[in-house]
Amino acid sequence: QELDLEERLCELDLRSDSDIPPSTDSTPEILKRVLSGLSARWKNWWIRGILTLAMISVFFLIIYLGSFMLMLLVLSIQVKCYHEIITIGYRVYHSYDLPWFRSLSWYFLLCVNYFFYGETVADYFAAFVQRREQLQFLIRYHRFISFALYLTGFCMFVLSLVKKHYRLQFYMFAWTHVTLLITVTQSHLVIQNLFEGMIWFLVPISSVICNDIAAYIFGFFFGRTPLIKLSPKKTWEGFIGGFFSTVVFGFTFSYFLAQHQYFVCPVEYNSETNRFVTECEASELFQMKKYSVPPLLQAVLGWETVMMYPFQMHSIALSTFASLIGPFGGFFASGFKRAFKIKDFADTIPGHGGIMDRFDCQYLMATFVHVYITSFIRGPNPSKLLKQLLILQPEQQLSVYKSLKSHLVEKGILQPSLRG
Amino acid sequence: LPLPSSRSRFSGSLLNLQESESENKLDGETASDSESKSEFGGSPPVPTSDDTPEVLNRALSNLSSRWKNWWVRGILTLAMITFFFIIIYLGPLVLMTIVMCVQIKCFHEIITIGYNVYHSYDLPWFRTLSWYFLLCVNYFFYGETVTDYFFTLVQREEPLRILSRYHRFISFALYLTGFCMFVLSLVKKHYRLQFYMFGWTHVTLLIVVTQSHLIIHNLFEGMIWFIVPISCVICNDIMAYMFGFFFGRTPLIKLSPKKTWEGFIGGFFATVLFGLLLSYVMSGYRCFTCPVEFNNDTNSFTVDCEPSELFQLQEYNIPLVLQSVVGWKTVRMYPFQIHSIALSTFASLIGPFGGFFASGFKRAFKIKDFANTIPGHGGIMDRFDCQYLMATFVNVYIASFIRGPNPSKLIQQFLTLRPEQQLHIFNTLRAHLADRGVLGPSEDA
Repeated sequence: QELDLEERLCELDLRSDSDIPPSTDSTPEILKRVLSGLSARWKNWWIRGILTLAMISVFFLIIYLGSFMLMLLVLSIQVKCYHEIITIGYRVYHSYDLPWFRSLSWYFLLCVNYFFYGETVADYFAAFVQRREQLQFLIRYHRFISFALYLTGFCMFVLSLVKKHYRLQFYMFAWTHVTLLITVTQSHLVIQNLFEGMIWFLVPISSVICNDIAAYIFGFFFGRTPLIKLSPKKTWEGFIGGFFSTVVFGFTFSYFLAQHQYFVCPVEYNSETNRFVTECEASELFQMKKYSVPPLLQAVLGWETVMMYPFQMHSIALSTFASLIGPFGGFFASGFKRAFKIKDFADTIPGHGGIMDRFDCQYLMATFVHVYITSFIRGPNPSKLLKQLLILQPEQQLSVYKSLKSHLVEKGILQPSLRG
Repeated sequence: LPLPSSRSRFSGSLLNLQESESENKLDGETASDSESKSEFGGSPPVPTSDDTPEVLNRALSNLSSRWKNWWVRGILTLAMITFFFIIIYLGPLVLMTIVMCVQIKCFHEIITIGYNVYHSYDLPWFRTLSWYFLLCVNYFFYGETVTDYFFTLVQREEPLRILSRYHRFISFALYLTGFCMFVLSLVKKHYRLQFYMFGWTHVTLLIVVTQSHLIIHNLFEGMIWFIVPISCVICNDIMAYMFGFFFGRTPLIKLSPKKTWEGFIGGFFATVLFGLLLSYVMSGYRCFTCPVEFNNDTNSFTVDCEPSELFQLQEYNIPLVLQSVVGWKTVRMYPFQIHSIALSTFASLIGPFGGFFASGFKRAFKIKDFANTIPGHGGIMDRFDCQYLMATFVNVYIASFIRGPNPSKLIQQFLTLRPEQQLHIFNTLRAHLADRGVLGPSEDA
């Protein structure tokens, strides 16, 4: 049976790449009737356009509803992406009926999510957690509990190995783990960026979307030189045009967002009102500063200085990454689809494919933003540091206290006390 | 299909096994059949390529093949254990180097299996990319570890300081370069193979590199946390084999037909006992129980400290049940020995699942051993498959039950915060200490 499978897959390779099965048409009836008059090419364009606007509106609506809804949205997207990729694995290996495997995949997803939510989200709810005894226990032994849960899944996998299906089961096990690595870690980094301030969530995602759209439009009107064999529709003109438009877009968009506390402040959980609040003293990044325009641009623009937010400089870095490296995530997904002979990840969104199709470029962006923030913007999370300090042994706490005190006195932040 | 020509690339053992299998129809049963045939009865020896040294071959040429195999395994086991002791004697730096070499060899073995399975030895760029990813991930982990433990050294040297401050960014940039190279190297007819190898590389990295770094973290906690777990797993292997040899009757699991319930249970009790004894002996020596530290003045590793509570003898009351058996009312033990029971229990009960996982993997891909590095035993990975889960367990155990976070790491993180945040944390800590009465009343705002 296994030899059969390998032969079938090798035959797929020998067929030409254009022999990919067309995606099923899941466009709603309403749209079909309204657009029945137009030719096929324009009809497709209209469907894509309408769905794009619909998705953008949903996005704005969720932003308006607040951080909690955004977290839920990110979680649902993660689960859906995971489901799409795992389903592809089932189809490739015809392994839908493997014993236990569907339950095990979902179980592993649950474990890894539990681990990450416990590590990151629990830090932000420190005050809430302090009050409840059972939660304290869960937090203190969190890693041990997560590891025990994962081990249970691992042992179940080993016990479920069936003689004729060893190789398939190992393939699915590896497929599950790589998918978890991709989808779950990214989604948690997105949520951590969100807690840093909604602007760190909005600007990167919008830059990637803008780059997608701008590259498409530039390619449509000016496209001539193909960019890479993997995606024959991408062109160098689209790539470069998209780069410049995204930088300008990021710049302008940050300017508007940086003015509102709602977007700029770190998300905090208020234990009294039991809600998320975003209120704070705007950090340096979000206060207008005068910058001197370099002489080159002075001639072009005619100004000598300009008032900008420092964050806008960072947005240039984010937009550059979104335009130059982000597309590699898209090429990776295209290569993946060609490798497994599928047109789209799924048929969830009419005209666009699956959720994963929309989010493939975001893949690397979230990690980049997180690494960028921890390297250049802020240090570690203060409340997490405090929590760890409080767990130490008393002698250790005392020695840490003394080192901190001498450091603060040295820097002049603390006035040296007269005694002790 | 291109299969027949590429088979010539297989190593000797693979080729022989595949040929014998094609006679019997590819079936999971065949692997166990050939295994059982070689161990019982005087049938022809297992068709692995024989790289037992000539000396041993001549010395053992008179014995029958069954005993010869047993002797080869026995001698090599003793050789490995002796080697282990020598390395321990040589100190932490040599241990770290050995762990790193073992990690690289395991990675190489598993990747080579991937090449053989997918006949992808000639894929463009792929060998380079696998080693590049190994380098990146190791750079990331070593950087994190080095920054934590060598904090003062790092702060002194200017280039090291910059590397450590932007460590995550640099590691991520290196990884991204590898990722982009992978995307650019995708070739039309080989897409699926390339994605398979990409996935295979990443899962291997996840298994091999993370485990080896957790082992090094355990080592820094104190050499006893490195030696006792590894010895318990080895002891369990040997004891389960012996109990199975003498008393074995009921098979344990279809995956490994040679394992028996008697071996499993006997191995469990023997390992717990062994763990207790070994910990008792080791807890008396500072060089094993103290955390490894880097001495800035002598620029070397030192293991010198005041032994913590865990390693100081305490009186324990024996539960009434055991009192009648043992005859003592109290016993003097190190608290660490209680922890060693937990470690031994894990090594005996859950550790074998790592072994079953590796057995399943070998059956899935129709290989007898991971490689032929050690005569009589197979590859390095064959010896380390049970250790796989042990290192993670010990690390999680230490982090959850033994010690909290590393104080010097916390200070280092504190120094990167903004002044207002530093002040806030400082005041909260002071209030906390004052509450506990740890701080004298002389401390004033």
